[in-house]
Amino acid sequence: MTRPDVKQVWEWLDGVPDPEIPVISLVDLGIIRGVAWQDDTLIVTLTPTYSGCPATSIINMDIETALRGHGIERLELKRQLSPAWTTDWLSGKGRAALEEYGIAPPQPAGGPTRCPQCKGSNLEKLSQFGSTPCKAQWRCRDCLEPFEYFKCI
Amino acid sequence: MTQVDQNALTQFLLRLGDNTLVLGHRVSEWCGHSPVLEEDIALANTALDLIGQTQLWLGLAAEVKGNDSSADKLAFLRDAWDFRNVLLVELPNGDFGQTLMRQFLFDAWQSIMLGRLIKSSDPRIAAIAEKVSKEVTYHVERSSGTVVGLGDGTDESHARMQVALDYLYPYVGEMFLSDDTDAAMVQAGIAPDPSSLRAEYDALVGKVMAEATLVIPDRAYTHKGGRTGYMHTEHLGHILTSMQWLQRTYPGAEW
Ligand SMILES: [Zn+2]
Repeated sequence: MTRPDVKQVWEWLDGVPDPEIPVISLVDLGIIRGVAWQDDTLIVTLTPTYSGCPATSIINMDIETALRGHGIERLELKRQLSPAWTTDWLSGKGRAALEEYGIAPPQPAGGPTRCPQCKGSNLEKLSQFGSTPCKAQWRCRDCLEPFEYFKCI
Repeated sequence: MTQVDQNALTQFLLRLGDNTLVLGHRVSEWCGHSPVLEEDIALANTALDLIGQTQLWLGLAAEVKGNDSSADKLAFLRDAWDFRNVLLVELPNGDFGQTLMRQFLFDAWQSIMLGRLIKSSDPRIAAIAEKVSKEVTYHVERSSGTVVGLGDGTDESHARMQVALDYLYPYVGEMFLSDDTDAAMVQAGIAPDPSSLRAEYDALVGKVMAEATLVIPDRAYTHKGGRTGYMHTEHLGHILTSMQWLQRTYPGAEW
């Protein structure tokens, strides 16, 4: 087969949803650190979000399934730990999609700026941890709804 | 980087990985039993981070060890005398306060150690430390906050936290002992001498305990024997019977 352009591969990867927050793609999440051809093998370099994140193996499987579906036969997934993943790598598109979905996007100040439901700013932290390693639990005192905040790391 | 004895390096990595493995398992025992849902989730997340860190440390230990070793084999097929974790992490959970006190005493040490390991001459160790220290910064923030909240809380919670500190503190000293393995790591620029972390640790723990209105006991006596494998407490064997049961009953079983 002809080797698809890496730009094309990035587009395909942008079509693979995060298994736990399906409104953002793996590219939005910022965990794909490189796409390159080495002879006839496509090398995709990934970095984990949290070292114990159970989604990591599912993510590898989803990438493999997607790229094989696009005709990639020789594929190698490489793990890269350094530089460590940071929420600075979340895309603008991903941040907007998170808020739309009801998850407050990460902020350098260490907490959400507004409620993803009513946009109110009277907020309180319920717990530093949430339903996945990447999230914390907050509540809006304006609309009284609890919501999740994507932790800034 | 100076050539380092690979057996010593394996021992060093087992110490790091066994600490997080045994503590991760201990903390996971809370799953479904915590006083409130938020704390249950927080403890489960902490345990998950620790097990993830274990995969990195024991994965590297297996790589250095060679001979078809793997993180899973190291975790599930060694017996108590081959474990190299400090005694502190294998102690029973006790009540919620005791669990969080143990967590803070370990988190404080781990956060300082990782800060040094980021500058390790071994790039594999430096990369793991860089990754893991982000998670541990978060852990120490939470465990110190809870220790302060409960210590400087009601009479009941204060009394329980003092009992927990009195029980656990004699196990703290082991984290700062050094032997030939540590000397080999220092010489190769891989890791600091553990005793060099003590001043920073005492400053951090002292500050948090003062805020928590708790009194740090005399540190003259230190329980030891875990990180050298000389002698673990009776608790480790009980942890292993539960943690390793599946692999021992169904060898090679996979998901
Ligand atoms: Zn609101």
